[in-house]
Amino acid sequence: MLKKLGLFAAMIAFTAVTGAAMAFPDKPINYIIPFNAGGESDISARLQQPYFKKLTGQDLIIQYQAGAGGAQAWSVLNDQPGDGYTMMGTNLPHIIMQPMLQDPGYKTEDLVNIYMFHFTPDALIVRADSEYETLQQVIDAAKAAPGALTVGGTATNTANHLANQRLADLTGAEMTYIPYTGTGATIPALLGGEVELLWGYTTVAAGQGDKVRMLAVAQDKRHPLFPDVPTFKELGIDMVGGAYRGIAVPSSTPEEVRKELSGIIGKINADPDFIAQMEQAGFAMLDIPYEEMDAFMAERKKLYEEIARQLGSLK
Amino acid sequence: MAVDFGFVLAQAFSPFNLLLAVIGVVLGTVIGALPGLSATMAIAVLVPFTFAMDPASGLIMLGAIYTGAIYGGAYAAILVNTPGTPSAIATTFDGYPMAKRGDGDLAMTLATLASVVGGVVGALSLITLSPLLANIALAFQSSEYFWLAILGLTLIASLSSGNVLKGLIGGAFGLILSMIGVAVIGGDTRFTFGSSALLGGIDIVSALIGLYCIPVLIDLVARPDRHLEPAPLGRGFRLFEAVGLCVGNGVNLLRSSVIGTLVGILPGAGGSIASLVSYSEARRASRNPERFGRGEPGGLLATESANNATVGGGFIPTLVLGIPGTPPDAVILGALLVQGIRTGPELFTQQNGIAYIFMFGLLIATLMMLPIGLFIGRYAYRFIVNTPKALLVPLIAFMTVVGSFAIHSNPHDVVVMVAMGVLGWLLGLAGFGPSPIVLGLVLGQIAEQGFMRAYMIGGARGNFGGQLLFDRPISWAIVALILVTLAFPVLRRLRRSREAGSEVRS
Repeated sequence: MLKKLGLFAAMIAFTAVTGAAMAFPDKPINYIIPFNAGGESDISARLQQPYFKKLTGQDLIIQYQAGAGGAQAWSVLNDQPGDGYTMMGTNLPHIIMQPMLQDPGYKTEDLVNIYMFHFTPDALIVRADSEYETLQQVIDAAKAAPGALTVGGTATNTANHLANQRLADLTGAEMTYIPYTGTGATIPALLGGEVELLWGYTTVAAGQGDKVRMLAVAQDKRHPLFPDVPTFKELGIDMVGGAYRGIAVPSSTPEEVRKELSGIIGKINADPDFIAQMEQAGFAMLDIPYEEMDAFMAERKKLYEEIARQLGSLK
Repeated sequence: MAVDFGFVLAQAFSPFNLLLAVIGVVLGTVIGALPGLSATMAIAVLVPFTFAMDPASGLIMLGAIYTGAIYGGAYAAILVNTPGTPSAIATTFDGYPMAKRGDGDLAMTLATLASVVGGVVGALSLITLSPLLANIALAFQSSEYFWLAILGLTLIASLSSGNVLKGLIGGAFGLILSMIGVAVIGGDTRFTFGSSALLGGIDIVSALIGLYCIPVLIDLVARPDRHLEPAPLGRGFRLFEAVGLCVGNGVNLLRSSVIGTLVGILPGAGGSIASLVSYSEARRASRNPERFGRGEPGGLLATESANNATVGGGFIPTLVLGIPGTPPDAVILGALLVQGIRTGPELFTQQNGIAYIFMFGLLIATLMMLPIGLFIGRYAYRFIVNTPKALLVPLIAFMTVVGSFAIHSNPHDVVVMVAMGVLGWLLGLAGFGPSPIVLGLVLGQIAEQGFMRAYMIGGARGNFGGQLLFDRPISWAIVALILVTLAFPVLRRLRRSREAGSEVRS
């Protein structure tokens, strides 16, 4: 009897092992979003959900673990089982800036990013009835009276804050940056006239339609949803960036599982329907698979360090 | 293209949607009644299920859960003195004393009636005045939020009448608690003592559960008397008595509902400020302000109508401007986006009338809260009254742990909850109430950020005074209210001493 049971157990173990090798994933995957529901990280994860199911037959179970601007979740990621069934959203510049400025309980190198799948490009936005029609007008006005123009954005030492400093570095246009709690709070500030301009993302403009006007976006090419809005590059300003979103796994996750997951996210990213949905919402696609992650992270880190030093946040 | 209202009504009243509204209200009420489980969480969990429905049905269900959860928050506030959500803080002021003296059944019925009235006013404003009222969200800027938060803080003075000094100390302690963590403005790390767990600050809900609920639990164990006075057997809902009180408080109900709707529209304010402001207004307008805080039905009616009115109010900027009025609205807005629905004025003129189907669905769900709430409320009241303490205390203690863990699925919040609870109990022994601390914690962040933004913007424009107050008529009005609130107790004391003086003479 005992022998039979042992054999049975071995059989199950065997099928489990080979099953895992043959078809990963064979059960639902937990996808932890380190922010509250309703934000860009949540929305893009929700858009991935059905494609993941279509591709693998398994569900993506989205959970939220918000706190400390994402740091609460990131600091415990490596305590999770590294079997490939737990992954977590990661955001840039957050995971580089936070450890650089204080001790959030994790280091940038601790997080094993397997894919960066999109970004929301920085965009300089004004109200539709604003006197500023072009970026050059803003730059001229800011140079004429340094610091007199107010520009809203999300929190301190964030993508928006860095973008403001980067523009000042490259053009000499100094504006006063006003931090708000979350993208949602910046929109009434712009529409209500509390600030003249807004550092936002293409997603903000996509949500507000003809009530706002984008002066420039920080992308390599123009965003398909806004063919009339120039890029900073076209205007001679070398700014490409924004808030990047990717996926990380616990550091105990084996190499082949990392690659497997990276491949699945890459396939979702290549689906034309997915791309159309993402771009309709204002996101910009990005493809940094696991293999190219180190180079990408190193490049961003160098840039952020430089700006943080100018901001005086980093000594 | 005008919206076909016949079609809208047929859709909103379709049996399936009615069923969803009932399920939503029941689920929401139960979730809201459990401390720590919030409307935001309930909606976030249920969003994926709504993707399988057509958008209008999904929205109706989410709206029903939302309104049910805000209402359910009153249960824990009345029966165990624990506001499950910040919206229900002020409900504990009079709701728990009522339950304590044996009027818990009346309090539950009053909370139900007030929530329905507030919810209906909010939903009707949403249906009829949306595009008009949405602009209020834009008229309020950082300086107005600063003054609103100060107005809320003045409530400390009137709440702790007789012991203003202790109230102020508690409030100041709450303000210090609100500074813990990485500052939104400036990015400084404050009062974390090197602990990365404190970078995110003290979570308001875990502090609420700790400060209010743990002292009640400790007292339950330490004292031999019953938790709540039981109602005499065979007493019904006390519906007629409650309706009578509502009629007598008609002006109060209406004023609180309007305050709730208007504050709900403000993206930076929310249910806590709405119920605090309407409570303070009700107290001022009352002929017997000294009864407030000791189980005055008028106070309960004010807070419960105001916080349910924020539901309809919060949807106004969400649907018209795409700016979420409250955190649950943000989740619903995200769900809309995933379904490919764009908010904005176009939503109201779309031929399929989805916005109107949703709004009528919300109205129906609010009305259904009356029978459902009376029924569940009675059951909850009986359960809490009749359950022996030996069973009740571990059960509630377990819920506080689950609730504070569930906020961010983080054990750190449980530690904060227990620490705040023990602290709250010790401070309670020394005569410091939890409410001033909580007001400081909740309003401190709003006040600080509002002031700092006004300061920075005023600095950039070289006009700080104008930005903060002088050029802003809405700020004038709020400051005037603050002055009236502060002067009110002084005036009352003067009048009373004059009356006392004349009595002595005669």
